[in-house]
Amino acid sequence: MELLDPVVLARIQFAANITFHILFPTISIGLGWFLLFFKIRFVATQQSHWMDAYQFWIKIFALTFALGVVSGITMSFQFGTNWPGFMNTVGNVAGPLLAYEVLTAFFLEATMLGIMLFGRGRVSERVHTLATFLVAAGTTASAFWILALNSWMHTPAGYTMINGKAHVTSWMAVIFNPSFPYRLTHMLIASGLTVAFLLAGISAYRWLKNDKARDVMATLRTAVFVAAILIPLQIIVGDLHGLNTLKYEPAKIAAMEGIWDTQAGAPAVLIAIPDAATQSNHYELAIPKLASFYLTHDWHGEIKGIKAFGEQHPPVAPVFFAFRIMVGVGLLMLAVSWFVAWQLHARKNITVLSAKILVAMTFAGWIALVSGWYVTEIGRQPWLVYGVLTTAQAASAVSAKNIAITLLIYLLLYVALLISYISVIFHLAKKAIYKNDLAEQPPQGVQHV
Amino acid sequence: MSEFGVNLFTPAGWLPLVFALVMALSILAYVILDGYDLGVGMLLKKADDLSQKDTMIASISPFWDANETWLVLGIGILLVAFPLAHGVILGALYLPVALMLIALTLRGVAFDFRVKAKAQHQPLWDHVFYAGSLLASWSQGFMLGQFITGFREELNSYLFSALIGFCLIAGYRLLGAGWLIMKTEGPLQYKAVKWAQRSLWLTAAGVLAISAATPWVSSRIFDKWFSFPNVLMLLPIPVMTLVLFGVMARSLARLPVRLAQDNQYGTAVPFACTVGVFMLSFYGLAYSIFPWLVIDRITIWQAASAPEALLVIFYGVVVVLPIIIGYTIFAYRVFWGKATKLSY
Repeated sequence: MELLDPVVLARIQFAANITFHILFPTISIGLGWFLLFFKIRFVATQQSHWMDAYQFWIKIFALTFALGVVSGITMSFQFGTNWPGFMNTVGNVAGPLLAYEVLTAFFLEATMLGIMLFGRGRVSERVHTLATFLVAAGTTASAFWILALNSWMHTPAGYTMINGKAHVTSWMAVIFNPSFPYRLTHMLIASGLTVAFLLAGISAYRWLKNDKARDVMATLRTAVFVAAILIPLQIIVGDLHGLNTLKYEPAKIAAMEGIWDTQAGAPAVLIAIPDAATQSNHYELAIPKLASFYLTHDWHGEIKGIKAFGEQHPPVAPVFFAFRIMVGVGLLMLAVSWFVAWQLHARKNITVLSAKILVAMTFAGWIALVSGWYVTEIGRQPWLVYGVLTTAQAASAVSAKNIAITLLIYLLLYVALLISYISVIFHLAKKAIYKNDLAEQPPQGVQHV
Repeated sequence: MSEFGVNLFTPAGWLPLVFALVMALSILAYVILDGYDLGVGMLLKKADDLSQKDTMIASISPFWDANETWLVLGIGILLVAFPLAHGVILGALYLPVALMLIALTLRGVAFDFRVKAKAQHQPLWDHVFYAGSLLASWSQGFMLGQFITGFREELNSYLFSALIGFCLIAGYRLLGAGWLIMKTEGPLQYKAVKWAQRSLWLTAAGVLAISAATPWVSSRIFDKWFSFPNVLMLLPIPVMTLVLFGVMARSLARLPVRLAQDNQYGTAVPFACTVGVFMLSFYGLAYSIFPWLVIDRITIWQAASAPEALLVIFYGVVVVLPIIIGYTIFAYRVFWGKATKLSY
C-alpha cells in the first residue's frame, strides 16, 4: 500500500468527509425531535422554562444544521469525483434513492428551518410548531433514504445485473433490504442517545456553574430519562443487528469478534491485539464459548473464522478495536444514565460527581457513533457493494496529487470547525449562565446614565 | 433530434431531455438565489458599521440554507441522471470544485459563528464570511469559463475562465446590491444603489465576454447563432438583455433622488432586471450548448442513466417539485418586506 496511492487517498478523503459530516446530522435528527417536545410542552403547559429550553437549544440546532448542510454539499460532489465506478455500476439503484432524499428531505428541512428559526411572531404559533415538526420529520426522512442506500450496499436485494450494471427489479426489495430495518433503528436510536448526552452534559455544565434557571434541570431530567430508556433498547437492537450481520456478512462478524479459526463453541474475546501477519491474537483475554452462545444462541454453535474467507475479509484490527470502543461507550452510557436517573428519582437532584461525569460524556455519543460507523463500513471491505463491486473497482482516476492537496486542506478545515463548534456550544452555555446570573440579582436602584 | 440518433417518443429519448431541463432550471435557481446571498456576503466589507452588517445578514439568513439546496439538486441530477458526464465534468473541475466547496463551507458556518462565538471573534467570522462568498463566486465563474471552453487544458482557456470568475463576482454583487435596495431602508439602501452602479458595467462586460466567446469554441455553436433564419429568432435575446441593462442604469440613476424623498417606488426594479439578465444569459448559453453536456464530446443522451431509473425519479420530481416550489414561495412571503433584525 503506497502512501500516494490514489485509491488509498480517495478513501481517506471520503472517510474524513463522511466522518465529519455524520457528526452533525446525527445531532440534528435527535435534536429536532427534542425541540418539538420542548415546543409542545410549552404550548400545552404555558410554562416559560420550556420556551427557554427551546430558545437555548435552537441556537445549537441552527449551528449544527449549517455544518451538516455545508459538509453534505461536499458529499454530493465527492460521490462522483472519488467513486465514479460506484455510480456507473449501481447508479440505477443509488441515483433514485439519493434523488428522493434531496426532493423529500433536503428542501423541506432547509426551507422550514428559516421559518422555525426566524418565523416566530410572523406566523401563528400553530404554523411555527408545524414548521418545527417538519424540520424534525425532514431530517428523519433524510436518514431513511440514506440508510436505505447504505443498507443496500451491505445487503443488496431487488436487483439484477445486466452487462455489469445493476438494474432494479423491485423497489420495495431495494429499500426494505434485509439489513435496513436494523440499521435504520440502530442509527435513529444512536442519534437520540447522542443528543440526550449532549443535552445532559451541557445542562450539567450549567448546573455546576450554579445556573438556577428552571430550564436547566428540566432539560437535564428529560435528557437523562430519554437516555435511560433508549440505551437498553439500543443494546437489544444492536444484538439483533449483529445476528443479521452474521447471516449476510459473516466475515465482518469474524473480524469484530477477533476469531481467526472456524470453531464450534467460539470464545468471546474481550481484549486482544489482532495480528494480520500471523493471523492470530496476542494478549488475548477471552470467555470460552460465549461468542457462540450470543451469536448462535447455542453454546456449541459454529462460528466461521477469518481464515475461512481467504482474501475476502476486512482488515481485522480496526474493526475489532472500533467495535470494542462502541460497546464500551454504550455500557458506560447504560451505567451513567441509569445511575443519574435513579438519583433524580430518589433524591430529586444530582450530585457534583454525577454532574461532572455527565459533562465529561457530553460528546460520548459521537465516539460510539463514529466507531460503530467504522465497524460497519470497514467491516464491509474489500467490498463497496457487498458481493457486487469492490472499493478498488469504484475508485477514480483523479491524480493522487490533487487528492492529497485537497485532503490536507479539508482536514485542517474540519479540525478548525470542530474546535469552533464545541467551544461555541460551551460559550453559548456560559452566555446563558451569565444572563441568568444578572436576572438573579436584586435590582440595585435606578441608575441614570 | 434525428442528427443525434434519438427518438424523442421513446423513454430513452424524452427522459434525458426532461432531466436536462430540470437540471438547468435548478442550476438557474441556484445561481439567482444563492447569487444574491453570495453577493450580499461580498458587499459585507463595504458596510459602515456593525448594525448595517447585521441588517445585511438578516436579509438573507432565513433563505440561504434552502438556496444552497438547489445546488445539491442540480449536481444531484447531474450525478444520478447523467453519471457519465458527472465524472468527466467534475473530474476536470476537481480543484475549482474543491475550492468552491471549502469556500461555501466557510461562508455557511460563518452565518452562525458570527453571532454565537465570543464577541471579540466576530470580526474574524465576518472576514471569513466575506472571503468565503468571494472565493465561492470566483470559483463558480471559473468553472463556467472552463465549461464553455470545453475543459481545454490551455493557458488561454484558464485566463478566460479566471476573467469570467471576476465577471461573476460582479454579477453576484449586482444581484446582492439589488436585493439590498429592495430589502433595506435608510443609509444602507442608499449605499446599495452605489454598489449596484459600480457592479453594473463589469457584469455587462461578463455577459458580453461569454456571448462573444461561446461561438468561437465550437463551429457547431457558431452555425447555430449565425445562420439564417436562426439569427432572426435569436436576436430578441441580446436585444432584451441590452434593454434590461438600460432600464437598470436609468433606475439606479433615479433611485437616489427618490430615496431622498422617502419614496420607495421602483426599489425592486434593479433586482428584477438583474434576474432578467441572468435568465436571458442562461437561456442563451443553454441554447448554444444543447444538447451537449461536454461540448462536442458528450450529449445528454449518451450520458443518461437507464430509462427505468430515470422514470422512478421522474415521478418523484413531478409530484414533489411543485410542493417544493409552493412552500418556497410560502417562506418568501413570510419574510416579505423590509428586513428587520432577526433573532431566536
